[in-house]
Amino acid sequence: MLTYPLRRLAISIPTLLFISLAIFFLLNLAPNDPMAQVPLTVPPEVKEKMREALGYGQPLLVQYWKWLVQFFWIEPQVWIDATFGTSLSEGKQRIISWQTRSPVMDIVAQRLPQTLWVVGMSYVVGILIALPIGIYSAYRQYSVFDQVGTFVAMVGYSVPPFFSGVFAIVIFSISLGWFPSIYDTTHQVVDWDSFVFQLRQMIMPVMVLALQTTAQLSRFMRSSMLDNLNQDYVRTARAKGASEWSVVMIHVLRNSMIPVVTVIALGIPSIFGGAIITEQVFKVNGIGQQLIGALYANDLPTVQTLTFMFAFLIVMFNLIADILYGLLDPRIRYD
Amino acid sequence: MTETSVHTPSSKWRDVWRQFKSHKGALIGGVIFVGILLFVFVGQYVWPWEANQMNIRARNQGPSWAHPFGTDQLGRDTMARIIQGGQTSITVGLTAMVLALFLGTLVGVLAGYFKRLDGLLMRLTDLFLSLPILPLLLVMMLLFRETLSQLYGPETGIFILIVVAIGITSWMPTARIVRGDVLALKEREFILAARSIGTTNFQIILRHILPNVLSPIMVSATLGIANAIITESALSFLGLGFPPDFPTWGRLLNDAVDYLQQYPERVFWPGMAISLTVLSINYIGDGLRDALDPRIRGR
Amino acid sequence: MKIKTLLMGAVAATAFAPIASAERASDGNVSIIYWQAPSILNPYLSGGTKDIESSSLIIEPLGRYGPSGEMIPYLAAEIPTVANGGVSADLTSVTWKLQDGLKWSDGTAVTSADVKFTADYCMHPEGGCAQLAKFEGVDSVEVIDDLTVKVTFNQPKPNPYGPFMGGQSPIIQKAQFENCIGAAAPSCTDQNFGPIGTGPFVVTEFRPNDVIQMKANDNYRDPAKPAFATLTFKGGGDAAGAGRAVMQTGEFDYAWNLQLAPEVLSQMAEGGKGKPISGFGALVERIEMNLTDPSPALDAETRSTRKAPHPILSDMRVRKALSMAIDRELLVEIGYGQAGRPTCNLVPAPAIYASDNTECLTQDIEGAKALLEEAGWTVGADGVRTKDGMRLSLLYQTSTNAVRQDFQALIKEWWTMIGVETELRNLNASVFFGGDPGSPDTFQKFYADVEMYANNFDGTDPQAYLSMYRCGNEPKPESQWQGENINRFCDPAYDALIDELARTGDIEKRGEIARKMNDMLTKDSYTIVPLVDRGRVSGVSNTLGGVVLNTWDSELWNVADWYRID
Repeated sequence: MLTYPLRRLAISIPTLLFISLAIFFLLNLAPNDPMAQVPLTVPPEVKEKMREALGYGQPLLVQYWKWLVQFFWIEPQVWIDATFGTSLSEGKQRIISWQTRSPVMDIVAQRLPQTLWVVGMSYVVGILIALPIGIYSAYRQYSVFDQVGTFVAMVGYSVPPFFSGVFAIVIFSISLGWFPSIYDTTHQVVDWDSFVFQLRQMIMPVMVLALQTTAQLSRFMRSSMLDNLNQDYVRTARAKGASEWSVVMIHVLRNSMIPVVTVIALGIPSIFGGAIITEQVFKVNGIGQQLIGALYANDLPTVQTLTFMFAFLIVMFNLIADILYGLLDPRIRYD
Repeated sequence: MTETSVHTPSSKWRDVWRQFKSHKGALIGGVIFVGILLFVFVGQYVWPWEANQMNIRARNQGPSWAHPFGTDQLGRDTMARIIQGGQTSITVGLTAMVLALFLGTLVGVLAGYFKRLDGLLMRLTDLFLSLPILPLLLVMMLLFRETLSQLYGPETGIFILIVVAIGITSWMPTARIVRGDVLALKEREFILAARSIGTTNFQIILRHILPNVLSPIMVSATLGIANAIITESALSFLGLGFPPDFPTWGRLLNDAVDYLQQYPERVFWPGMAISLTVLSINYIGDGLRDALDPRIRGR
Repeated sequence: MKIKTLLMGAVAATAFAPIASAERASDGNVSIIYWQAPSILNPYLSGGTKDIESSSLIIEPLGRYGPSGEMIPYLAAEIPTVANGGVSADLTSVTWKLQDGLKWSDGTAVTSADVKFTADYCMHPEGGCAQLAKFEGVDSVEVIDDLTVKVTFNQPKPNPYGPFMGGQSPIIQKAQFENCIGAAAPSCTDQNFGPIGTGPFVVTEFRPNDVIQMKANDNYRDPAKPAFATLTFKGGGDAAGAGRAVMQTGEFDYAWNLQLAPEVLSQMAEGGKGKPISGFGALVERIEMNLTDPSPALDAETRSTRKAPHPILSDMRVRKALSMAIDRELLVEIGYGQAGRPTCNLVPAPAIYASDNTECLTQDIEGAKALLEEAGWTVGADGVRTKDGMRLSLLYQTSTNAVRQDFQALIKEWWTMIGVETELRNLNASVFFGGDPGSPDTFQKFYADVEMYANNFDGTDPQAYLSMYRCGNEPKPESQWQGENINRFCDPAYDALIDELARTGDIEKRGEIARKMNDMLTKDSYTIVPLVDRGRVSGVSNTLGGVVLNTWDSELWNVADWYRID
């Protein structure tokens, strides 16, 4: 059983290297100019000098090699230094953002907390709401509960966050004045009052995001449950006199989890990716905002680093999902 | 179930249709969807206003007999814009969704069923999941826009590009989900039984695997169409989509968000149109799934 | 308004008693929101407005431009002119004197060595300084004494106020940036994120592209200012969100650049927590005509270069007709409201440089039609004009922006009326305004017949701005498509005027030449078709006093004078 994960981990290394190369060439093939946001009043010769100072004109392979070394060799050293107080990385060139001229990883570290708070929380909330809804909707198919659930999920999914976010702000911030419309990223939770404030500023972005997650997950949960509820083994279990609860929640649920696990595993890396539009609407300024800002400013080192980190998470969580399949359904074997 | 009706293929489809008809949700969904199609594709010839016809003196008007949905900031009739926008949105949404489903199902089934292809195809899926979408689209536009618009004219060229762009950036979840289900399915007794009597792989996939992964595919389809409609508007907002004088539902919704407080009806109509379409497709999908499920159909 | 601004200038200059607030740091916190978030607080490493304006709270130049374009001394004791002997009679040098007793926020004295260092820092060949153009023509910067510094130019400089004047070239501290010169500039993260300055505030925390926390500078030259103890500078989101936060929910005190539809803005103002304020500068939204042929049928070396004149737009009558068909009043009403004025000029301000050209302000559809007829374009079967088998069909591109797309729709409508077929295209701003020579969609490459965007100039002198249209300065394959003469305009008479302007010191004469150049590009040739003189709109909370909108320098130029109204 253990050989499969190990083999997959080993394959992940060339896969990730290839992905990083593909991302790198894609970014460099796309129209990009790190000076795109510099005002037109700055003359082209000056812009050219600024580009040179960024190392923009270097051969692509040199740039790629530099990035590889910085990401896999220097940044871990910086991390070790920060943890153990050593000084391995002193004087070494880290991955520098073209926009801010500061180490990309420092900004990532700065932004991870708010992203995890808001986007991560919305995902947890989404899962907690979606699974019971999905299960019960399937169990009582075409009941009023199911119909209402379907309606809300579908409308919730078809309404994009650029609309639902602004709608929430207009209702809850402007008309009712309950919640702040702008997220304070510097806020620190130290006591009860500041915790309440944190809750108040989180609730709108979390709910707007959770709506999407809930809609998606509950649909997959429902359909998968429906597929399994009519299987022969369910009849057998009932015939054996197992309680309804254990039939549904143990036998059926376990067999219905495969698509749900897949969807969740696909969703977790996107938590770290942040939520670009929702972050923008509520000014959460997490990693999603960092990525989109870097894309617009053509800040290639930042884009490359962030996308590669997502790629790493995607590969890892898909691996975890594959292992979970085997645990959920022992018949699935990879060897 | 009578003996005679089981074996002739034509009556199997008749059975499916009978089951589909008796599904109340599917019927209502179907009627609504046909209604939307009629509204959008025939409405253009009935409705007197044109989508881009401006009337500066009649701008920002509320609902009236002449303009039941009101007019926008340039005095264009909102209903005419919903009608014309729907043509684009529905066509793009459906085609892109079908493309994504086709790719996703193909990759998912192949990867799940044939162990030898699994590693390669799933690493490919990982790669596509990892690629940043915006640069990918920019590269596509850069490489293909001019060629396509020379071959098929600017509008069809852009249409193909958008559908392909949405399709190839959204097939991956379907592929992963289908593969997961196929992995479990192919170890089931009935597949083993089919294999033992010498059924070819192709036949097994067609007869036994596909019908059993239909429900996640149907869910992907409904979510996919909503996604495609919204993604299309994000593309045109980035300047990667249709020309700016080409209304689509997503764009109408996007443009109206700033006016949310003054003219709430302006977000209502496009939002409503998208939701109704998605809902009706969802119910059709439900009905289709039930109708194609042999265990339910017999009941 | 005028008297008040003069008063403000005097206050800022001489640091006498404040008007409203009695004590430094007595008014609590003030919060500012910019929907573009600052990335760095060193304007020499980033040309972005957001970075220049946020850093203007911390670091200051020797002098700034005031709300009506006048020059106000900041760190300098006075603005050097020929009259007061600060500028040499032959216009080749300028001598700045610092105010006495100035201190950096760390308590050390500001000296002329810091000023010289600032010039060295930016002019270093490997530094990639964004404000290098400000130092163009600077031969040397010498320290005369502790408070005096002399800038010598390599030729007479009628406008010697490039270096150290305006928000783009503030003085940085030598002691702090000494090791950050040249190639080391980008590695100095701490310095770039927390420059030591002379301004009213100092940075306590900088989160790039997110938020800046500041507190009052204890060593600010006016002991009674700033009135606020702390300042929060939030970035990100969009203009609508920023406007809502100031005018409807009252969470913020000041919102920058609210480019929103007029009715949206007035609806927000009904929120009662704040109001929009606006002011006009030199920003002009215009349509640029491509004088060269952008046809995709041409090869890459010829397309959109002067080797191939435009088949349609080379005829001035067509260009004029296109301009005549436009109703600029209506464009302003729909797109900008109080924040825009119709204009026919490329240089709409300051008054001395603004031509009195108003001919284009009245829409004349019939006249435009007649002009096209005269040029030989006759109406075909489908209403589109043709000439020698060629259709009068134009590709009209611009960046993605709600107002610009409305303008495109309106102008397309008017051009349809005169028999011109228009294909619209909108492009992602970071591609359109980027200079990637590999992309077909940049505004420099101009693979379209007409394009629309806005541009202006730094400071109050349009010389560099008007010099962009020199023959040979156009983007072309040989120059990797870099160049500022977007229209590929070429007129020896115009080039002669560029040279004459560069030699002329007399302000009246300069105005005359600049107006003539403006007319040559606009009403005499319709190479550039100006549409709207775009003002700047910002949102101010009703409880914030002392705000004076300034379009010639950083909007936050007088933040030291801001105070809380109870």
